[in-house]
Amino acid sequence: MPEPKIVAYACTYCSYPGADLAGTLRIQYSPHVNIIRVLCSGRVSPELILRTFREGADGVLVLGCHYGDCHFVSGNHRTVKRVAVLRRILEYAGIEPERLRLEWVSASEGERFARIVDEFTETIRGLTPIEQVLA
Amino acid sequence: MVSVGQHENIEILSHSEVEEVAGFVGNFKIKVRRKARYVTEDLCTGCGLCQEKCPAKKILSEFDAGLGTRTAIYLPFAQAIPRIPVIDRDNCRYFEEGKCGICAKLCPRGAVDFEQEDEFVELEVGTILVTTGFDLFDCSRVSQYGYGTYDNVLSSLQLERLLDASGPTRGKIVTRDGREPESIAIVHCVGSRDKNYNRHCSRVCCMYSLKLAHLIKDATNAEVYEFYIDMRTGGKGYEEFYERLQEEGVIFVRGRPAEVVPHDGRLVVKAEDANLGRLLQVPVDMVILSAGLEPRRGAQDVAHVFGLSRSADGFFLERHPKLGPVETASNGVFIAGACQSPKDIPDTVAQAGAAAAAAMVMMDRGRVTLEPSVAQANVRLCSGCGECVVACPYSALQLVEGHVEVDETLCKGCGVCVGHCRSKAITLLHFTDEQLLAEMQGALRVLEVA
Ligand SMILES: Cc1cc2nc3c(=O)[nH]c(=O)nc-3n(C[C@H](O)[C@H](O)[C@H](O)COP(=O)(O)OP(=O)(O)OC[C@H]3O[C@@H](n4cnc5c(N)ncnc54)[C@H](O)[C@@H]3O)c2cc1C
Ligand code: FES
Repeated sequence: MPEPKIVAYACTYCSYPGADLAGTLRIQYSPHVNIIRVLCSGRVSPELILRTFREGADGVLVLGCHYGDCHFVSGNHRTVKRVAVLRRILEYAGIEPERLRLEWVSASEGERFARIVDEFTETIRGLTPIEQVLA
Repeated sequence: MVSVGQHENIEILSHSEVEEVAGFVGNFKIKVRRKARYVTEDLCTGCGLCQEKCPAKKILSEFDAGLGTRTAIYLPFAQAIPRIPVIDRDNCRYFEEGKCGICAKLCPRGAVDFEQEDEFVELEVGTILVTTGFDLFDCSRVSQYGYGTYDNVLSSLQLERLLDASGPTRGKIVTRDGREPESIAIVHCVGSRDKNYNRHCSRVCCMYSLKLAHLIKDATNAEVYEFYIDMRTGGKGYEEFYERLQEEGVIFVRGRPAEVVPHDGRLVVKAEDANLGRLLQVPVDMVILSAGLEPRRGAQDVAHVFGLSRSADGFFLERHPKLGPVETASNGVFIAGACQSPKDIPDTVAQAGAAAAAAMVMMDRGRVTLEPSVAQANVRLCSGCGECVVACPYSALQLVEGHVEVDETLCKGCGVCVGHCRSKAITLLHFTDEQLLAEMQGALRVLEVA
């Protein structure tokens, strides 16, 4: 069975530094995740997420600042609504909604970042590879 | 305040409010409502004759926290700058009954003008400082302490007024019926650290309560009891001051009182001393409620006008707690003082100095550096639905003739609009769809290989 492929979109102000901290602290976490930096989790459009699955990602993580702490005031308020709707659409399209997850990681939460990534990897590992689902 | 009033580069617009702010840093256009004060500023010399002769004398003075009275034409407080009185329409006999007008008849300069109306002035400014302060918690909300019911339950601000040598009692601490109190209770944290009202600590109450206890000890022979939850004395010399008060014989009781009840013409404070694990009933002549600091009523409107955000407690939000403590989400708008969070005068002055300096640095430079990653709209793709306009946290987007336009000076580059646009009519520079797609494909390829 091939290892899962996971793309994480992390915001510049909280979650990306959070991931950075995990590294600085030498915390081991799943190597099956690759992180893409965006300015705010609100930048992650539904289309981008869908295309990420299309391109072969087994899971997509969207990581932003804690609710109320978004650097752009209310950017992540939009993300919450968007991800919730998109998960239902995924389900409708026959793709497990667990493949898409939104989490808050602050810049000081290196450990939390690692934990989320590990848990998510385990969840995805339990699912059929996306290529077979989409085939 | 006097030197501010006389400074050649400072113009004070008192009795005025900013109603609209347009433009952006360096080029703000603000609209100020100058409320009618019914006294012509250029003519008034501040002689005070009108106040002396005004027949409406029984109006409770706001400045004296309801302990003193004022007239209908009045100066808010003795040192007010500018020294020009205002007429309180609701209590003025001329406005009420169309009769009187004594002030107008007596004014040697003919400065009283009952026909005056609100005026608007437009100002062009480069930067803005918002320092609108706080509101004192309304103690009558905590009904078990009897504020507003029992005469001798006072707010801390009322005690401040009694202590003022030019206040309603000329500096004497006396009960409402004129007795010198034999014992006084000070209750901390009224309206603060209480999930029924405000969860936040108002930060200044412990210290001002200690100050009040000290001043009471100085002015009377009264026994002073302080009821507190925790004594918070962070600050230079503050803990030492607390120790000094213990030596001065103030009795400190750890415990928030349950209630204040009347008994034999006095008051009884019921509390549990948490340190001794004992219930107490302390008879006193006066109870002082150390009211907390709250966001000002109307802070929501001020936030809206200046494009500020507010934290969960309602105070204005700084751009960053450590790296941008006086800046705000609106470039060129700064905050200082108790409007940002409860704080005492030294901290207010320090923050105000920092805010003024930060504003001056901007003005001195004469230009601002904008972030390179801003949104760009494609007119041809835009359907004009306006979703992005609503989503933008900075009001940087506007529909102009049916399609969206981005104000680059306001845009902070979050990209929320891009995530929102169904027609793909907005691009975020440096985070374009193509760039993110390429990155994502690259990321997947790396995972594939691994
Ligand atoms: C009982 C009591 C005792 C205290 N004792 C002490 C002490 O001993 N030492 C100490 O250091 N601190 C003390 N403090 C704290 C002190 O009062 C505050 O630190 C200080 O007032 C904060 O200053 P500020 O300028 O931020 O706000 P404020 O003093 O509240 O001033 C805000 C100003 O803005 C004006 N304003 C508000 N909204 C608008 C608007 N929309 N347009 C135009 N103008 C507006 C208001 O009229 C007001 O003049 C005490 C506080 C209390 C309640
Ligand atoms: S900046 Fe982190 S979610 Fe908006």
